[in-house]
Amino acid sequence: MAVEERDPHSGYLTTGHEWNGIKELNTPVPRPVYVFLLLTALFAVVYWVLMPAWPVGRTYTKGLLGVDQRTAVTSLLRDAAADRAAWTKRIETADFAEIQADPALMQTVRDTGRTLFGDNCAACHGREAQGGRGFPTLTSQSWLWGGDPADIAETIRVGINSSHKDTRTSQMPAFGRDKLLDRQQIEAVIAYVRSLSQATASQGGTAPPIEAGREVFAGNCAPCHGEDAKGIGAGAPDLTDSFWLYGGDADSLYRTLMHGRQGHMPTWEGRLTLADRRILALYLTDMRRSTP
Amino acid sequence: MFGFHYRLERHALRFVLAVVLVAGIGGFVEIAPLFTISETVETVPDMRVYTPLEVAGRNIYIREGCYACHSQMIRTLRDDVERYGPYSLAVESKYDHPMLWGSKRTGPDLARIGAKYSDEWQVAHLVNPRDVVPESKMPAYAWLARTPLKMGDLGLHMAALRRVGVPYTDEMIANAPGDAYGQASPDSPYAAGVTKRYGDATNVRAFAGQPGHVTEMDALVAYLQILGHLTDAAHVQQAQAAQ
Repeated sequence: MAVEERDPHSGYLTTGHEWNGIKELNTPVPRPVYVFLLLTALFAVVYWVLMPAWPVGRTYTKGLLGVDQRTAVTSLLRDAAADRAAWTKRIETADFAEIQADPALMQTVRDTGRTLFGDNCAACHGREAQGGRGFPTLTSQSWLWGGDPADIAETIRVGINSSHKDTRTSQMPAFGRDKLLDRQQIEAVIAYVRSLSQATASQGGTAPPIEAGREVFAGNCAPCHGEDAKGIGAGAPDLTDSFWLYGGDADSLYRTLMHGRQGHMPTWEGRLTLADRRILALYLTDMRRSTP
Repeated sequence: MFGFHYRLERHALRFVLAVVLVAGIGGFVEIAPLFTISETVETVPDMRVYTPLEVAGRNIYIREGCYACHSQMIRTLRDDVERYGPYSLAVESKYDHPMLWGSKRTGPDLARIGAKYSDEWQVAHLVNPRDVVPESKMPAYAWLARTPLKMGDLGLHMAALRRVGVPYTDEMIANAPGDAYGQASPDSPYAAGVTKRYGDATNVRAFAGQPGHVTEMDALVAYLQILGHLTDAAHVQQAQAAQ
């Protein structure tokens, strides 16, 4: 280590190091740095007093302000709910028809419904409720479980084939896998079912045995889908219209008959409030009205 | 006034040791109390452990780096709670080793994704996210449905988890491969053992839709479907706080 020497120009001592003739001044730490250090230390002391800070055995000092993130978010949520209470109360208690007749309230339903739908329903049913393979469209006139606001609200509440105790259930058996029908019977019933919805069912080289399919249908499918295949009651779809949940081509129908279908819609009772579910039911009804 | 420091910083090794010591004090003061303060991890009686299939799914979740884009931590913020559900409690990741809280949300938070969507949706979405969410930028994981799940080593994974505090019994560890198979094959003789060892609330079903053929897709979907459902504590706490 070199001897200490004083820089003649500035009057400060040097650090004693020398790099290629360049020496470093040993200037004192600037005063603002000391001031800042002192301020942060003071801030810490104040913070310890006001906020939760020091561990004391199995507990900790709670601070004079009593700040707690959990109570803070709870009270924020409560305030927000109170702000909305004026109209959520009406959504919860009023008749669906009464709400639909109130343009101001319906505007709120549209705004809130769009967010709720996007966050909870769009993943399966699509952003515009258009649906997709295995996930029904919600814009058509064809509703398996009823399209009234009350029916929709109930479907949202309990779900379909869900874990809810009042769940709606719909079970298309695996006719092929469980050996209830053989391959020929399945192909026959597919030909028959396709002939119902398509006026000109394509007749290939080997004509599909539509008549044989009619018998298979009467014996196996009619109990749920009805003698006329228009569906009876909830769950079993009308097979004569143009809506196909899992596809109406021969390959898709073969899969449906072979492996069965147990479409699952979750229950939303524990996840969405009563007002939320009723808003969604109204939102969907309103959307269908405005689409031709 | 700073003579001591002036001398200290002139000796590299001593200075490094001093830095480590001071930083260590900070760490000790912040971390050590978490092990003594009683309310750090809530005590809830209904907290259940991951089944072997869910452990396998969790390992796949880690392997594929899902945590890089999905958090599992609902913060104590109003918008978080209104979108995802009750804020996360420490006890909910009590048996997560390592925890997968994450800090980045390119995709949504998954802490309460369980039972929000159907198995069919989860499978369709993992095979190709664009099929169900056109605007999604998530990569496709279609091969999971084609890759048979390796179940032979699940007992070892669970034994390792037991070493860090997850209360698996010897019976659970010994039956791990059979239970993993049974949870995804509801009609097989192995299914009964799953509910017997892990409780009636356990999801036993063909998650990827092919009973008897257990793939990595089954494991991952089984894991996703249990997220947020290991205990009801968070929902109970929110209901109590609201009153």
